[in-house]
Amino acid sequence: MKVLVTDLDGKVHEIEGKSGWTLMEVIRDAGLPIKAECGGACACATCHVYVDDDWMDASGERSEEEEDMIDLALEVEDTSRLSCQIEMSDSLDGLKVRLARDAVL
Amino acid sequence: MSANIHETDVVIIGAGPVGLFAVFELGLLGLKTHLVDILDRPGGQCAELYPEKPIYDIPAIPVCTGQELTDKLMEQIAPFEPVFHYQEMAEKLERLPDDRWRLTTDQGVVIDATVVVVAAGGGSFVPKKPHLAGLETYEDSSVHYAVRKMDAFRDKKIVIAGGGDSALDWALNLQPLAKRVTLVHHRDGFRAAPASVERMRGLVAEGAMDFEIAQLVSLDGVDGKLGKVNIKSKTEGEGSIEADALLPFFGLTMKLGPIADFGLNLHENLIPVDTEKFESSTPTIFAIGDINTYPGKLKLILSGFHEGALMAQAAFAYCRPGERLRFQYTTSSSDLQKKLGVR
Repeated sequence: MKVLVTDLDGKVHEIEGKSGWTLMEVIRDAGLPIKAECGGACACATCHVYVDDDWMDASGERSEEEEDMIDLALEVEDTSRLSCQIEMSDSLDGLKVRLARDAVL
Repeated sequence: MSANIHETDVVIIGAGPVGLFAVFELGLLGLKTHLVDILDRPGGQCAELYPEKPIYDIPAIPVCTGQELTDKLMEQIAPFEPVFHYQEMAEKLERLPDDRWRLTTDQGVVIDATVVVVAAGGGSFVPKKPHLAGLETYEDSSVHYAVRKMDAFRDKKIVIAGGGDSALDWALNLQPLAKRVTLVHHRDGFRAAPASVERMRGLVAEGAMDFEIAQLVSLDGVDGKLGKVNIKSKTEGEGSIEADALLPFFGLTMKLGPIADFGLNLHENLIPVDTEKFESSTPTIFAIGDINTYPGKLKLILSGFHEGALMAQAAFAYCRPGERLRFQYTTSSSDLQKKLGVR
């Protein structure tokens, strides 16, 4: 399972996804810079990513808890998600996301 | 020399779970502690990030919340009467002529100690700053991440950004005395308390306050004095709000902060320590919990507890040179039970 992650410089990293892991864990495990300060508890908004338009449906909708936590994210777009709230599965093979600045800086 | 210099055996930077339990282990050995923390309460990440989230990996406690763990630790260390300095950032560490340490906080608190324990987790919790060009130039005069004196905002045009309780509470509290308050939030929903949101909507309906569903885009001003906050709305496009002050409330993020300037050996913002005493490369400065690194390190609360116990043994040797340390169990030692106040 592949995930394509665009970093802040626009460079695309092809990393290995793992079913059952969260997207945040996959990104962190690949060694890409992602703060994810709360470790994946939907408690901080520092794992903010933008999901590619084509993958919006497959990646699901924000829960109410995630919606509230995204209030603490910066530069929020319609495609903004907290990557700790996206669980990887076969239907997300090829998922494209872009790291938000507040997930890295 | 100032009269209000605190004297103690050990000063602990960080009042998270690991810093709190260090008080216990040091206390059993008869060592006095002061703690410095940037937050206004104990618990560190447990208080700030996980107060209501479950923790499942504390030995013998199948589940507890971050707040419950903090409360229990506070109860456990109470007999040792630790002194807390909240809302203080450990800013400067100097070596005294007698080889002890002098820690000074950003608020001017001075603590002299034989041993320094850095239990600072991921660093200080500091306000998250919006990515706006030139933001820093306005920070002294017009951009504020906290309200220290409400009167400073009297008759000012204020833009408040965010959707949590801080944003809503300050919008409501400053509205009566400000010239104009505009709340800017990216959506028409809020994580803030519903009652505050209702009050805000009422004031907006009366025309006493403005609310823009938009994002901050840029700032305009002259000589560090803010003039306009430019925003972008999905429906209305770009716009600008006249403003004397901007108050962004996007929560907190962790930054290592002044600890980086303490002269400690750092590896990727972590403090390398040995695994016998959890001492840094500078003798009498220890690092425990998430802030340290060593081969095999796991960032677990329980690891931090263990690190604190071993650190305390070494700290005793520095604080009580020449005294013999006798290893004792709390279950059977009358000495320890007296210290705990149970005998």
